[in-house]
Amino acid sequence: MQLFVQRVFDGLQAGAIYAILALAIVIVFRASGMLNIAQGEIAMFTTFIAWNLFDVGLPWWASSVASLVIGFLVGAVLYRLLIVRLGGGHASPLAVVMVTIGLFLMLNDGAAVIWGTTAKPVPRIFGTGRVEIFGAGVAVQVLGLLAVLGVLVVVFGLLFQRTKLGLALRAVTSNQESAALAGIKVTTVLMIGWGLAGAIGSVAGSFTASGNFAVDRNMMQIVLIYAFAAATLGGFDSPLGAVLGGLIIGLVSELVVGYVAIVGPDLRLLPGFALVIIVLLVRPQGMFGSPKVVRA
Amino acid sequence: MTLLKVEGLRSGYGEVQVLQGLDLTVDAGEIVVVLGANGAGKTTTLRALSGMIPAKGSVQFDGAEVIGRKPEDLVRRGIAHVPQGRGTFPELTVDENLQVGGFTQSAADTAADAERWYEVFPRLAERRDQLAGSMSGGEQQMLAIARALMSRPRLLLLDEPSLGLAPLITRDVFERITEVNQELGTTVLVVEQNANLALKIADRGYVLATGSIVASGTAEELSSDDSVRRAYLGV
Ligand SMILES: Nc1ncnc2c1ncn2[C@@H]1O[C@H](COP(=O)(O)OP(=O)(O)OP(=O)(O)O)[C@@H](O)[C@H]1O
Ligand SMILES: [Mg+2]
Repeated sequence: MQLFVQRVFDGLQAGAIYAILALAIVIVFRASGMLNIAQGEIAMFTTFIAWNLFDVGLPWWASSVASLVIGFLVGAVLYRLLIVRLGGGHASPLAVVMVTIGLFLMLNDGAAVIWGTTAKPVPRIFGTGRVEIFGAGVAVQVLGLLAVLGVLVVVFGLLFQRTKLGLALRAVTSNQESAALAGIKVTTVLMIGWGLAGAIGSVAGSFTASGNFAVDRNMMQIVLIYAFAAATLGGFDSPLGAVLGGLIIGLVSELVVGYVAIVGPDLRLLPGFALVIIVLLVRPQGMFGSPKVVRA
Repeated sequence: MTLLKVEGLRSGYGEVQVLQGLDLTVDAGEIVVVLGANGAGKTTTLRALSGMIPAKGSVQFDGAEVIGRKPEDLVRRGIAHVPQGRGTFPELTVDENLQVGGFTQSAADTAADAERWYEVFPRLAERRDQLAGSMSGGEQQMLAIARALMSRPRLLLLDEPSLGLAPLITRDVFERITEVNQELGTTVLVVEQNANLALKIADRGYVLATGSIVASGTAEELSSDDSVRRAYLGV
């Protein structure tokens, strides 16, 4: 029992981070129909900036909060400088994928140039305390991470469903032309969408770094792959699906690796992706995605 | 009083010039129809007028030159456009569609206006919480029009409101347009292939063929001009 609880929380810890990055990816995808391959590297970059703040004396948790704002700005500026040049809302999704792959490499190399290639040590956001749950010692950090995920889901749920900005974001997602005709500044709204994704991504960055006790320029790559899997599993157009997808993939990976002897740590990527493939075979739109509605 | 004065309007898509210098005027309070066959340039005309595609020439709205302005700016000046076929937000509910329509208005005005349009379009009121994408073509067309009216326009641009609708529904839609025009004084510029119906509600009309105006006159004149009907309207 104790070991099981331990593994569940380990799985949730990994899964919550996939969920948060998947949320960022889905917000961009929903708002603009674009895949931002660089979403993880943007998070890495903002986490390095947070490390700079930490380095000059801010507590790590405060630096992480500040990186939300930085993430917003980085996301919004990238949209304005790069994606708008490609045609903004009318940009070819393929061109955007190529440009964000370029951005991925640029940010990764840029981080090496700016911060060097050695990892920068950071502490845990919620400290190193533990609480006992069913006999297992669960890190406060993990509980804090799950709470943050919960807060993000509620805040963004309210933002999308209850505010004028959220309505504008959903209108632009649904029909850009008519959104513009209704007086919505589509470019501004998409810029805010990319900014919000950057902000959410920075949370994934802070927690990844603090889980590893270090900011490393390659730390988000595996997280990004899992986040794409999570978004696919949940359904690319469903924020809640992305979150559940992330948690499920984290859990399944941890439990299968823990309990199925032939799937050792060497094959730890396998179970999550096997699950994605199985779900897609049954439901091509993912667990919560809507099948594409094509109208004449 | 002239509300819209278009002179030498040229526009198109990339290298392809569709509108070859188009002139038309619409007086405040009028319903004006632009008739033309498939591909004549009707949609392109409205898209140029609402700022959705780049255009050259002159477009004066309420005395101000507005050519080159963006749709989000023009809607604030009082031009609303119901695009051809897909003027709604399919993934949003009927009520949310109207909220988006009132984006440029205050929350209080938006709430009051939504109630008013629910009265004019009772079918929408019954379907407030239904996703727009799951409604019938006629209902969606009504919703698209109501969405546009939510911005309290002085000029309503309508792109083939009869498209894909059964004759009975089309008549219903046209009746509502007349009502709005008479009760609120909203000026309407409607483009149509359905000449008979459109000429019934219009004060004046233009005939568009390959990007130029080839005939114009009062609705009665155009209805009775057999040569125009045969040559350009195919009726
Ligand atoms: N996005 C586009 N790119 C290139 N050419 C276009 C585009 N849209 C329309 N055209 C061309 O412009 C011309 C006029 O098209 P437009 O849509 O204005 O016609 P229309 O009068 O509205 O026709 P319909 O009654 O079929 O809606 C056509 O020859 C069409 O092929
Ligand atoms: Mg057309």
